[in-house]
Amino acid sequence: MDFLSEHSPEMLPGKRALPPVQGHIEAPHGTTIVAATFPGGVVLAGDRRATMGNMIAQRDIEKVFPADEYSAVGIAGTAGLAVEMVKLFQLELEHFEKVEGATLSLEGKANRLSTMIRSNLGMAMQGLAVVPLFAGYDVDRDKGRIFSYDVTGGRSEEHGFAATGSGSIFARGSMKKLYRDDLTEQETTTLVIQALYDAADDDSATGGPDMARRIFPIVTVITEDGFRRLTEAESSELARTILERRLEQPDGPRASLL
Amino acid sequence: MSTPFYVSPQQAMADRAEYARKGIARGRSLVVIQYADGIVFVGENPSRALHKFSEIYDRIGFAAAGKYNEYENLRIGGVRYADLRGYTYDRDDVTARGLANVYAQTLGTIFSSVGEKPYEVELVVAEVGSTPEEDQIYRLPHDGSIVDEHGSVAVGGNAEQISTFLDQRHQDGMSLAEALKLAVQALSNQANGADREIPAERLEVAVLDRTRPQQRKFKRIVGRQLSRLLQADVAKTEPTEAPSDLEETEDE
Repeated sequence: MDFLSEHSPEMLPGKRALPPVQGHIEAPHGTTIVAATFPGGVVLAGDRRATMGNMIAQRDIEKVFPADEYSAVGIAGTAGLAVEMVKLFQLELEHFEKVEGATLSLEGKANRLSTMIRSNLGMAMQGLAVVPLFAGYDVDRDKGRIFSYDVTGGRSEEHGFAATGSGSIFARGSMKKLYRDDLTEQETTTLVIQALYDAADDDSATGGPDMARRIFPIVTVITEDGFRRLTEAESSELARTILERRLEQPDGPRASLL
Repeated sequence: MSTPFYVSPQQAMADRAEYARKGIARGRSLVVIQYADGIVFVGENPSRALHKFSEIYDRIGFAAAGKYNEYENLRIGGVRYADLRGYTYDRDDVTARGLANVYAQTLGTIFSSVGEKPYEVELVVAEVGSTPEEDQIYRLPHDGSIVDEHGSVAVGGNAEQISTFLDQRHQDGMSLAEALKLAVQALSNQANGADREIPAERLEVAVLDRTRPQQRKFKRIVGRQLSRLLQADVAKTEPTEAPSDLEETEDE
């Protein structure tokens, strides 16, 4: 990072001179990312839609990336900038690991991402915000942790579950009613897909499971064994089960009243 | 006022080379050997923290003999070069050949610049391919030349003797346990004929394993896994001298 800023500063996000704003900039935006912890790990998932205004820019965008062996980042906001930010973040974690011979602490990684988001504030003020969700397995404390951010780089640790992006309000509401802190890994992956389904149900910018094109949410699990992305077969199976139940009960499972 | 003695350029270069060679020979030897599933790095290293081998990039490993501060400097330079390349272009665009060239330039410049003392290091840059034929091993001596090696290479200490030993015994398609055994034999084989034992905890072992599912193929072999591999040798060679096809495939 220091090396890069010294030798090719123009390659770093946030170091570019901004053009004066002329009207509204249209660029693809990523939508909803959700995360939930369970005993022994954390699940991070995202839908597959990118929108540009009222248009669907891409149906099968991937918005959840491994940051390193024990953490992952899901991106909402301007897709191009976010993908670049993730790329640089991955590079930095790997570079640190190779040079120092040890990995950064999860807290350290989360702080680093915070600084990167803050450096994008200028762009964010022009409507090109990037708001990721960071989740990882803390090998020192033996548990999964989630960090959410705001556009100014403010970082806060979330307990249990979190969501970001345009559909996050609905996803959070859904998880609030379904989440329990003793869920298994399998149940947690179901939970996040339910939440994404609810988000897609009420937010036009979030994509639901697309049966016709076989496009399903990306679900990743991080445990003691490291990062794992559910295969297409696994996530399609989960999405299919949920969809079948929703055909009978369109609003999904009911939480008890009292 | 004193007049400096005239020293012919040939003599000056020969002195510098002699100086660097001596420095490198003082260090402990290490070997890099190709085996069926990749490339293994083996060296004697009493330190657990200061490594002789390191990961540079996905498929590229680095080994060095000589002065620690000098090769550590080069190692970090290499990691920077590789990471910057990979970030600017693509992960596939980082190659051992490119890296070896950068190292050769650096070492060559330092070697021939009068103001600086030559680096007392000898490097090995290895890249594992998808098949053994695509593996690349480059040896970079102190003066900035590049030697393209095949099969096995030794640097540092009594490297020449070890190289000869390895050349006679190395075969293509060895298993990891076999390659490791050969490397340890080569390292413990001494000039005066008296073999000494190198205990497992003094060995530093790393592999570039092409069968590893991750993108990053470099992995250190330590602790139980190392002793298991070393034991596998003993069990295999003691009962019979006949070549056995029994292969120990080790996973983490």
